[in-house]
Amino acid sequence: MLKIRQPIYDEIRRHGEETYPYECCGALLGRVEGDTRTVSGSVRCRNTRTDSASDRYEIDPVEAVRIQRDARTRGLDIIGFYHSHPDHPAQWSATDLAEAHWFGCSYVITSVEKGKAALTNSFELTGTDENNKKLADEKIEVISK
Amino acid sequence: MPQIQIPSPLRQYSGKQASVEVPAKTVGEALDGLVSQHPELKRHLYTDEGKLRAFVNVYVNDEDMRYLQKEATKLQDGDTISIVPSIAGGY
Repeated sequence: MLKIRQPIYDEIRRHGEETYPYECCGALLGRVEGDTRTVSGSVRCRNTRTDSASDRYEIDPVEAVRIQRDARTRGLDIIGFYHSHPDHPAQWSATDLAEAHWFGCSYVITSVEKGKAALTNSFELTGTDENNKKLADEKIEVISK
Repeated sequence: MPQIQIPSPLRQYSGKQASVEVPAKTVGEALDGLVSQHPELKRHLYTDEGKLRAFVNVYVNDEDMRYLQKEATKLQDGDTISIVPSIAGGY
């Protein structure tokens, strides 16, 4: 399960609206307890796929290095990532699965329809290696305060 | 001694350690030392042919080792190596 406070949930959805018709992307910081990932912050990232930004995203690894370093100084960790699907369902694609390598992390996808954030879904990357990995449906619990 | 930062998905193979110190003069020595200390990491970092997997990025401080001298990149005291799997997708 992914627990996320309402302001952060709203922020990642707003990010998708702001970058529409292009994909947004970012990192989710927080802590993991058992099967529950609790998000305590999000970090917007630049989509480096400027060649095909309407249907592809990529986060510059150096941004991830810096985010990981800053998170650890705050006792947090990267526990997932988010991106948007402009005018496309909030469902993972073959590309999303092929390019997912952070096992045990959440991959949150927001569909943005005509510039407005629609459905937001989360998927956990499960499995033990590249040969048996899956993006499994994951419940999102939005915490109001 | 150089420190290697382990990303959360690989920590289950590094004894749950977020960072590992390895005596090494180069990046290659550091990575060899890491998989020698934690053999389970090897198949997640390297292909069967022994090449670093394409989606595994290795940074020395804020520099991609591919744009330095790759595994031969010399390390200085206080250098931090970060292992970062790539983050990408789309539909």
